[in-house]
Amino acid sequence: MNVEDGKLITVFGNLVTAWVSHFAMLNSVAYCERPDGVKLLSEVVRIRGNEVDLQVFEDTRGLRVGCRVHFTREMLSVSLGPGLLGQVFDGLQNPLPQLAKQAGNFLTCGTYIEALPSKRKWHFSPTAAVGAKLSAGETVGIVDEGIFKHHIMIPFQMMGEWTLSQLAKEGEFTTQDEIGMLENRAGVRHPLSLQQKWPVKVPLAIGKERLLPFEPLVTRVRILDTLFPIVKGGTYCIPGPFGAGKTVLQQITSRHAEIDVVVVAACGERAGEVVELLREFPELTDPRTGSSLMERTVIICNTSSMPVAAREASVYTAVTIAEYYRQMALNVLLLADSTSRWAQALRELSGRLEEIPGEEAFPAYLESRIANFYERAGCLKLKDGRVGSVTIGGTVSPAGGSFEEPVTQGTLKVVGAFHGLSRARSDARKFPAIDPLLSWSTYQGIIENSKTATAMALLKKGDEIRQMMAVVGEEGTSTADFVTMLKADLFDSVYLQQNAFEVVDSSSQRERQQTVFDVLLTFIRTPLRVDDKAQARQAIFEAMDLFRHWNHQPFGSDEFAAAMRDVDAFIERQHSVEAMDA
Amino acid sequence: MRKFFDHISRVSGAVITVHATGVGFDDLAVLETKRGASLAQVIRLEGDEVTLQVFSGTQGVSTVDRVRFLGHPMEVPFSDNLLGRILDGAGRPRDGRVALQDAPIPVGGPSVNPWVRRLPDKMVRTGIPMIDVFNTLVESQKIPIFAPAGEPYNALLGRIGLQAEADVIILGGIGLRHDDYLMFRNLFASRGVKSRTVMVVHTASEPTVEALLVPDLSLAIAEAYARKNKRVLVLLTDMTAFSDALKEVAITMEQIPSNRGYPGDLYSQLAKRYEKAVDLEDAGSITVLAVTTMPGDDVTHPVPDNTGYITEGQFYLRGGRIEPFGSLSRLKQRVNGATRDDHRAIMDGCIQLYSGYLETMEKRSMGFEMSAWDGKLLKYGKLFESRIMDLKVDISLEKALDLCWEILAGCFEPRETGIKRELIAAHWPKVRGA
Ligand SMILES: Nc1ncnc2c1ncn2[C@@H]1O[C@H](COP(=O)(O)OP(=O)(O)OP(=O)(O)O)[C@@H](O)[C@H]1O
Ligand SMILES: [Mg+2]
Repeated sequence: MNVEDGKLITVFGNLVTAWVSHFAMLNSVAYCERPDGVKLLSEVVRIRGNEVDLQVFEDTRGLRVGCRVHFTREMLSVSLGPGLLGQVFDGLQNPLPQLAKQAGNFLTCGTYIEALPSKRKWHFSPTAAVGAKLSAGETVGIVDEGIFKHHIMIPFQMMGEWTLSQLAKEGEFTTQDEIGMLENRAGVRHPLSLQQKWPVKVPLAIGKERLLPFEPLVTRVRILDTLFPIVKGGTYCIPGPFGAGKTVLQQITSRHAEIDVVVVAACGERAGEVVELLREFPELTDPRTGSSLMERTVIICNTSSMPVAAREASVYTAVTIAEYYRQMALNVLLLADSTSRWAQALRELSGRLEEIPGEEAFPAYLESRIANFYERAGCLKLKDGRVGSVTIGGTVSPAGGSFEEPVTQGTLKVVGAFHGLSRARSDARKFPAIDPLLSWSTYQGIIENSKTATAMALLKKGDEIRQMMAVVGEEGTSTADFVTMLKADLFDSVYLQQNAFEVVDSSSQRERQQTVFDVLLTFIRTPLRVDDKAQARQAIFEAMDLFRHWNHQPFGSDEFAAAMRDVDAFIERQHSVEAMDA
Repeated sequence: MRKFFDHISRVSGAVITVHATGVGFDDLAVLETKRGASLAQVIRLEGDEVTLQVFSGTQGVSTVDRVRFLGHPMEVPFSDNLLGRILDGAGRPRDGRVALQDAPIPVGGPSVNPWVRRLPDKMVRTGIPMIDVFNTLVESQKIPIFAPAGEPYNALLGRIGLQAEADVIILGGIGLRHDDYLMFRNLFASRGVKSRTVMVVHTASEPTVEALLVPDLSLAIAEAYARKNKRVLVLLTDMTAFSDALKEVAITMEQIPSNRGYPGDLYSQLAKRYEKAVDLEDAGSITVLAVTTMPGDDVTHPVPDNTGYITEGQFYLRGGRIEPFGSLSRLKQRVNGATRDDHRAIMDGCIQLYSGYLETMEKRSMGFEMSAWDGKLLKYGKLFESRIMDLKVDISLEKALDLCWEILAGCFEPRETGIKRELIAAHWPKVRGA
């Protein structure tokens, strides 16, 4: 069993110290045994001579000096295999429904359950030939997992080249069954099954090379796809004060994003929000596959009242599962809400370890941890030439809503897109409350830059005029400027804003965005046929109404076409007479 | 477990260190001094050094005083006999009656498995239009009242407590001024609600650290009733005082503060309490309504800030009114679709017009011209403030919706309200009101 024992010498919150006689391994798993026999999962976080510091993933209530600590030689790992999709795990990959069945309504300490259903049979079809020379990550067979072909691969931890000496015929197997045997030149034999393990804190990326991500990831949120796009294999962050709409934005992304697999990591946030996903996702069908949305989703749920150390582990559990599906050439989106809670877990531990603190008491290694996490995203060319990707989007919950704080700043340095939410916009109920004048993306989206530049210039100009007008009043503003400002308002209101709770408007596919954006561009460039500000206001109200109505018609329907004709007619009317202003 | 330990090696702030063995983390102990006995809790074990926080403070503690460990964490006797009782921050009776002898329940237990939570779907009626119409309170919601000093937050809390339809009301008083304590006590006694109320009260004159247990005690009792299928409403005031007590202990423990002296785990500490709010699939529910006073009326202060990140919205109390902006019930859309067909439209419409009124007020203060439209907005804003926003207003949701229509009709033409045609046809008052 490779187990060594130690004895507890200190207990301080979730940090404990054990005395060991000789062996200790950083990041290895250990169990602290309470006097009543309950064993609490822990991880070695520091070694100083015979003193080993551990973070305990459970409430340490009841632990005593002298309690036994059982060390293993394994690092904190997750189980990878068919049956991950559709599941709801805690931060340590315990399936929550099964925990409830076993332990009742409350989470009890020391209950750990196998992540993958062990009795369920999967239909396995071999694809590799016996005798084939294979290495880590290469496929030996396929299992049908819902809508996907789940690849059964040579365990990622196997170094060097192996010969497939046996392989099962097509048939039904559980994740526990042996399905084949590997042998290397030295004669070492290694049995194969449908599942394998991988340590969560080690990036999993086995392939030929990393590729530069470029393919737009369509979220169907207009302001993102059009102005601040993300790409498959890219990274982005959503910082914003409380109530600004981070979670709602991630929830609609998890629903509508055009991607194969979504991993949701609810990290240190409200349990109620996860319950919404749990109850609603199984009922929703994914229009792209016709199956339940849950079939492409994995939820990692370590909410704010669950143990803090497990919160730290939960984002790694999530990203490892994401990376696993990338190894099957799938495109995976990981949504982490909120990375600040994970950073706070680091801070709590660092404080207990009495490390020298950096800014706001965060540890000095905060930035490198953030960077390492986002670096696990990426586009990967696999050994067989196919390509998979992991995209990471994390929310940030800055203290006091100010972006000048360590987690936001550390994140902005490493991500490819920044979707900054503003209190002013969320207070004004302008959702998604992404501030277009603040946010940026380094990626190319679904609409050419030359076109989006026009829209961005309009937004900037509109903002300048509004600020000016606050000083000089409407009287002191020229009609031309006034019209420009109203046009910017219109673009904001009918295009950038999108109500997450409206059935049609909440999801805008690529072609729809391209169509509407082109019409809007024409509108923006068309001088309005007005004499004064009152007329301008009237005209903009009318146009807004037409565009909004258009937004509410399903794409491709007759109503959509009719609404588009109405908008075109409006623009045409402006052209029909000489423009009154430039 | 009758063993005494009398080698106290360190006394600092509310924290003592004693040499002892066989002690469990988080266990309770009794410190016996010349002044009497005080409850203490283990917060650190280091070899044979046991560090405890002493709930009634350490004034007068000497190195020869004795510590007796109870061998278990904090617990509180529980049965229906608890109804009508008043406890102090250490769980002892403060109503002059004998202590409860029933079987104890643990305090500060584990959290609910998210899997067994129900989606909240029941409105809690308060009779306050700014809540019922505009930011509906929902059973199992956790929501604070953000208030600068001097606002009538405790009166508001008491009023909601009395009016809300709950089976059991639990008041957790933290750093309560004695007058406020008496106010709550009279309020809950006079209206005959005593038989369904439990009060856990720590007053401002008592040792700060004793405040630390109040939320846990209150919520443990709430949980026990919820398990018995009761709908429980927990009122906590003031969670800023609770946070300050956390700060005090953290500083004594020489923890590095993260922000204005507050410990880095403030978020987790607050969340652990607020997340007790729950609607259970096969039992009752817990709704948590708390007060968070804002030092310096600053919402970015660490306590309101961390709270906002945890709770499901907030009510801003300012100038004796619940502000329509900034206030938010994040669960309202779960219930306000099923109340009355015009509820959402009135909610959006009235607030948009009110925000127009505020803009007009600003324009006026800058000396800009007033249009006819501005005139209408001014009239509307005044009426809305006095007849809807005023905290004295106490009417049902339905009456409040009718009143909103009446005010709208008194100020605007139907289409100026931006409300859908069908709703106008169904609800626009025939005779002009206001
Ligand atoms: N896209 C949207 N459409 C409509 N309403 C929205 C949208 N986004 C947010 N909201 C509103 O704002 C509220 C708060 O949003 P959300 O819970 O996402 O905030 P948050 O930024 O995650 O806050 P916290 O940091 O406290 O978790 C929601 O309950 C909803 O009422
Ligand atoms: Mg959120």
